[in-house]
Amino acid sequence: MTTQATDEILIRNNYDQAHLVGILQQLQVEFNYLPEEALQLVAKRLDIPFSRVYAVATFYKTFSLTPRGRHQIQVCTGTACHVRGAPLLLRQLERDLDIQTGGTTPDLEFSLDSVRCLGCCSLAPVVRIDWDTFGKLTQRQASRLLKKYKKKGKE
Amino acid sequence: MKCTSVEDLERIRNAGNQSISPDRIKISVGTATCGLATGAGQVYDAIVREVGKRGLDYIIARTGCLGFCQKEPLVEIYQPGLPRVIYQSVNTKMVPELVAAVTSGTISNEWALCLRSLDGEARPQRNGVPLIEDVPFFSKQVKVVMRNCGLIDPDNIAEYIARGGYFALQQVLSGMSPDEVIETVTKSGLRGRGGAGFPTGTKWGFARCAPGYEKFVICNADEGDPGAYMDRSILEGDPHAVLEGMIIGAYAIGACKGYIYIRDEYPLAVERFSKAVSAAREHGLLGRSIMGSDFNFDVYISKGAGAFVCGEETSLIASIEGRSGEPRQRPPFPAQSGLWNKPTNINNVETWASVSAIIRRGADWYSGIGTDTSKGTKVFSIVGQVKNTGLVEVPMGLTLREMVFDIGGGVFEERKFKAVQTGGPSGGCIPEYLLDLPVDYEKLTEAGAIMGSGGMIVMDDRTCMVDVARYFLDFLSEESCGKCVACREGIERLLQILENICAGKGREGDIELLGELAQGVKDFSLCALGGTAPNPVLTTLRYFREEYEAHIKHKKCPAKVCTALIEYSIDKEKCNGCGACLKLCPTGAIHGEIKQLHEIDVSKCIKCGVCLETCKFDAVLVS
Repeated sequence: MTTQATDEILIRNNYDQAHLVGILQQLQVEFNYLPEEALQLVAKRLDIPFSRVYAVATFYKTFSLTPRGRHQIQVCTGTACHVRGAPLLLRQLERDLDIQTGGTTPDLEFSLDSVRCLGCCSLAPVVRIDWDTFGKLTQRQASRLLKKYKKKGKE
Repeated sequence: MKCTSVEDLERIRNAGNQSISPDRIKISVGTATCGLATGAGQVYDAIVREVGKRGLDYIIARTGCLGFCQKEPLVEIYQPGLPRVIYQSVNTKMVPELVAAVTSGTISNEWALCLRSLDGEARPQRNGVPLIEDVPFFSKQVKVVMRNCGLIDPDNIAEYIARGGYFALQQVLSGMSPDEVIETVTKSGLRGRGGAGFPTGTKWGFARCAPGYEKFVICNADEGDPGAYMDRSILEGDPHAVLEGMIIGAYAIGACKGYIYIRDEYPLAVERFSKAVSAAREHGLLGRSIMGSDFNFDVYISKGAGAFVCGEETSLIASIEGRSGEPRQRPPFPAQSGLWNKPTNINNVETWASVSAIIRRGADWYSGIGTDTSKGTKVFSIVGQVKNTGLVEVPMGLTLREMVFDIGGGVFEERKFKAVQTGGPSGGCIPEYLLDLPVDYEKLTEAGAIMGSGGMIVMDDRTCMVDVARYFLDFLSEESCGKCVACREGIERLLQILENICAGKGREGDIELLGELAQGVKDFSLCALGGTAPNPVLTTLRYFREEYEAHIKHKKCPAKVCTALIEYSIDKEKCNGCGACLKLCPTGAIHGEIKQLHEIDVSKCIKCGVCLETCKFDAVLVS
C-alpha cells in the first residue's frame, strides 16, 4: 500500500529531486504523516542519501513523522492573536483534549498545533480546524466548537 | 482566446466591464479568507437560495477583501444607475431582508457601511448613508496595489483587464526596451515591500547586467511576519496584478521562468493564483510568444512547508530547489547566483503588484506620492487592540497617530494606548510619545523598528512588554534554522533570561546582560533573521525599561499578564454568587454556594482566566 501510493506520487513528480519538498507534502496529505518506509523509498528512487530526505522531513513544520489526527486544530499564535489571548485559548484546548500542543489524541481524532499567523489578524484570536477558520474566539467558544467536532466524529 | 494586440485587450475589457457593472442587479460577497472565517461562505449560499426562491434574475459574485476586515462579511450591491451600497457584518439571518430591500430599491440603513461609485458611475447621495471617502477608515487611503481587491472577481481575468490590467504588459512589449522598463521603475522610487526596502529598479538592473543566458524571477509570498497579511489578501483578491508585475519584471531582466513561493498556510491564495496562471496562459499572456511577441516566460508555483526563515531570499531559493531552507552567506547575491546558481531576482507580492500601475501611470505619478526617501503607497495591517482592524493602503509618510487613531479609530474598549509593534519579529515596539513619527523606511529604522512587511499591532495597557519580547524570541528560537551559532545559541540564551524575568526569577544585571547579548546576536548572525532578532528586546528595553525593572526588582507584572506574577481573587462587593465561574473553572478552584460570595482557592488556581472571561459583573480581580 505505502509503496504503491509513494510510487504514484513519485511518478507524478517525474522523480525530480527538486520536487522533494512537494513530494513530501503530497505524502503527508496521503498518509497524514510521513511513514519511514515511504521516506526510505523516496531516497532510493530519487537516488539521494536518506539523510537528505530526513533533513527536509524534519526541517519544515508541515511534516510529521508520527501519525496525525483526523482533525487538525491550529491555534494561531501570531502577534495580534497573542495580545488578544491566544495563549489562554491554546491552554484551554490542551486541557479539553488532554494533550500537549504538538500532540495527537490517542484515538487519532485530533491533533493540536500552534501556528504562527494564519493571516486573519483582524479577527484575532483565530483557530483553524481542518480548512475552516474561526475568529474572535473566547475560551468558552473554543471549547464549544471542539465539542461540535467531537460530536460530529461520533455520528 | 489569445491576446496579441490592444484591440484584443479592448474586446475583453468590454466583456469585463459588463461583468463588473452589468445591466442588472449584482450582489457581490467578499470571500477572502478573513471573510470566509466570519461566515461569508454561508452568506453567499443564503443569497443564492433567497434570490433563487424569489425567482430573481440577479448576478451573484465573489470578490476578494475590501480591507475592512473588522466589518466582514461585506456585501456590495450594485444596481445600474445607482451608487454601490456596501453592507457590513452581514449574516445569513439578514439575507432575506437585504434581498427584499434590493428588490424594492431601498437601502437597509442600519446595516449599510457606505456607498461607492467607480469612475463614470452615478454618485447621488442615498438615505444619508456616507460615501466611502467620508468613512474614517477609508478617507486617508490611496489604493494602488489594492485597487481591485474587493471589487473584481479574482477568478475572472476579463474583470482584471477591464480595470486596465495587462495594458501595461502590452505597452511594455510593444514599445519599451528592457532598459526603459528598469529606468521607469528606478525613477518611480519603488522600494522592496518585503522588509529591507531595497530600490527595486536597482535590483532589477543587477539581475539584467548579470552574465548568463538563463535567468529567473521569484515572487516571495512566504509572508511569515505574524501580524501582516496583505500579501495573502492581494493574492486572494487580485492575483493577476502580481502575475502581470512578474511578467513585466521578467521581460526587463531577461528571465524565462518564474516561481512564486507561497506559504502552505494560505491554501486559498494558492488556489486563486493557480487559476490566474491558467487563465493568463489561455489568453496568451504567459507561455510562449507572449502577446504575439518573441518573449517567452512561464510561472510555476512552489508551496512552502512551514518555515519562517524561508522568507529570507537564500533560504527560499534552497527550499524551491528541494532542500532544507537554510540561508547562505551573501555575496554572491541572488542577482549573480540564485536559483540553480543562475541570476535571480526576488521581490515580494506587494512589490510585484505595484509594477503595472507604475508602468501605466508613469514614474512621476508614483514618485509624487510619499516622502523624500519612501515613495508610493504601502499596505499596512492595523490589528491588535484597536477598534477598526483591517488592511489599509496609505501614502508613505502618514504618522503613526493617523494610522492608529484616525484610521484605526483608537484603542479597543477605550483602553490606554501603550505601543505599536511594527515589522514583525525583526521590528520593534514604538511608544506613545513617538506617535507623530511619519511612517517611512528611515524614520522607523531610526526608532529601532523596521517597516518590515507592514504589520502594525496595537498594544494597550493589558499587554506586557516583557512578555512581548519573550514572545518574539520564543518565535525566533523555534524558527532559527540552527546553521549559525550566534542566532541558534544567542536567541536561546536571550529567551531563557526573558523567561526567567517573566517567571519572577529575574536577577539584577539581567537588563545589561540582555543588551550585551542582543548586540552580539545582531553583529554575528549569518542572515537577517538573527541580525534583526534582538530588535524587539532592544526596543522594549529602550522604551519600556521600567516594565523590566518592575518584573525584576518588584516581581510585578504591571500589565497583569505574566502568570507567575499574578493572582486571581474575587471582589466581595461585586460577586453576586451566580455560579457561572464556578461551573467553568477547570480545576475546581472556585468555591461558594449559589447566591453567596464565591472564593478562589489560590493553591488550585492555574490562572487560565476562564472566570475572568465568564464573569458578567467584573467581580474577578487580577492582582
